[in-house]
Amino acid sequence: MLVFPPASDSQQGHARPMSDSVRVTDLSKHYTVSEREGGLGAALRSLVKRKTRTVRAVDSISFSVAQGEIVGFLGPNGAGKTTTLKMLSGLLFPTSGTIDVLGHEPSRREADYLRQITLVMGQRNQLVWDIPAIDSFDLNRAIYRLDPAEYKRTLDELVDLLEIGDLMRKPVRNLSLGERMKCEIAGALLHRPQVLFLDEPTIGLDVTAQRRIRSFIQTYNARHNATVILTSHYMADVVALAKRVIVIHHGKLLFDGGLAGLVERFSPHKTIVLKLDSEGIDLTPYGQVVRQEGAEAVLRVPKAETAHVTGRLLADLPVNDLTVEDPPIEEVIELVFDQPASLVGEAV
Amino acid sequence: MTGLIGYYSAQLRTSLVLQFQYRVAMAIWMIGLIIEPVIYLAVWTAVADSSGGTVGTFTAGDFAAYYILLLIVQHFTQIWHMWEYDYLIRQGILSGRMLRPIHPIHRDAAENMAYKVIMAPVAAAAVIVLILIFQPTVAITLEGVLGFIGALILAAWLAFMLGWAVAMAAFWTTRIMAINQMYFVAMFFFSGQIAPLELLPGVLQTAANILPFRWMVSFPVEVFMGRLSGSDVLIGFGLQLLWIALSTGLVALAWSRGVRRYSAVGG
Repeated sequence: MLVFPPASDSQQGHARPMSDSVRVTDLSKHYTVSEREGGLGAALRSLVKRKTRTVRAVDSISFSVAQGEIVGFLGPNGAGKTTTLKMLSGLLFPTSGTIDVLGHEPSRREADYLRQITLVMGQRNQLVWDIPAIDSFDLNRAIYRLDPAEYKRTLDELVDLLEIGDLMRKPVRNLSLGERMKCEIAGALLHRPQVLFLDEPTIGLDVTAQRRIRSFIQTYNARHNATVILTSHYMADVVALAKRVIVIHHGKLLFDGGLAGLVERFSPHKTIVLKLDSEGIDLTPYGQVVRQEGAEAVLRVPKAETAHVTGRLLADLPVNDLTVEDPPIEEVIELVFDQPASLVGEAV
Repeated sequence: MTGLIGYYSAQLRTSLVLQFQYRVAMAIWMIGLIIEPVIYLAVWTAVADSSGGTVGTFTAGDFAAYYILLLIVQHFTQIWHMWEYDYLIRQGILSGRMLRPIHPIHRDAAENMAYKVIMAPVAAAAVIVLILIFQPTVAITLEGVLGFIGALILAAWLAFMLGWAVAMAAFWTTRIMAINQMYFVAMFFFSGQIAPLELLPGVLQTAANILPFRWMVSFPVEVFMGRLSGSDVLIGFGLQLLWIALSTGLVALAWSRGVRRYSAVGG
């Protein structure tokens, strides 16, 4: 049975700046949902006595994020990512545990807190559908009480980075998905938030638009030393932006550390790429043969046996070249997401 | 405070831009607003004519004045947010508004004002046409007009706060229709809409004095028409202020509880 060691050996742990902008301790969010069977009988019974069940959407997770850090939140659908982001931005009250973001308790939703953060979630938070985005931006200027000169500077910067100069003058309903997302992001950042919660900022966008938004997030982070927590289904987003990932699964924190560490911890296999001096050698005693063409072969071996197998290969066979590689990140993530709840429970 | 004024002027601007986009919907809404008092006016005028010219102390000309003034009051006291919150909550749209460093009620208040400002000329045109058709008789006095304006402002404020408190019910139930119906049926009987309150049986009059509806609909009209004594007018203003305070408290309570509840629904 796989038992994962506690996730404390984050690779960035020592290099991280001193000040944490986000600190989460033992955070839980439980929902009570009523459930009943289909049919009239069950409907009648539920009138008298409701059967309820507690769903642990987020179950005692702890982590902290330093000022200026970009962290990727990973987890399959329903893992608790969005619930966590909503608690961090003050939309949901935690069932238990504490959250401290920039010295504020988010669920109090103090104006002073809300002025320093942003949550991008879907495409309907910032923009009024029937009028041009620039009108919505102007409204945000008043809502966040931005100094006119400062507002103009920020707007110019966002227009330049996101290339929305023409787009923001058209009614939002006439924009494409990607164009709307760019305007949505601009609207969400006009007040220059220190902490950005981005829930699937590139979902549904084409590759070019994804790349543009990705590089924008990078630039914004670098320029303003803003803290970014983002979720995405696209590993490319996470690989490009986040040095550190937090994996949530079945509401529990499964991993917190560098991407390389994630692969290290969760992939039970290593890949050995071999070049031999002669052809037709039977490699099956050494591991699972993924591919063998002529003198070249690819083997998959259990991680723990990698050193041993490598040694045997070098000793037994006429090896010309040998490299040990990690499997692709997508494959590892798939493995992680396939973990059953019981195993996740033991991991933490 | 200056921040809030800046916000209101920006939100008013945006709402005005937006309202112009919904010209047709607004026209239909406006027609509904005008038709209702016109029907009561026609009915009561007919009743007055058939019963020798008066019903109680109301002549046909009094009815005309009453319902034309009522139209003005109803224009400025309309609120529709109780029809919207169920949708805003279920669809999670409220989340976006909750993320802003300003209470969502201000957005609704500004939007409400913008509508009333935009449609004021239309309401004024309707009033002029109705005056020409129904020939109201009313003595226009300075204190009547000033009292009317003051009572109208408080009535609009009260109608908005109470209506917003009712809208908060959407946090607890999806059967919003039933609650709104109850609210508007009560308003229909106890606000002086169906008939001037002094024509109602004594019990209903007492109920109307206790309930908030008179203070947000017919009270300004009664002040304008000089049908109340000076002390009754002062008591009326006092009750308006009291109801505003009560509904503001209710709004604060319902909102803070509702937001907690929102998180249970999942948003």
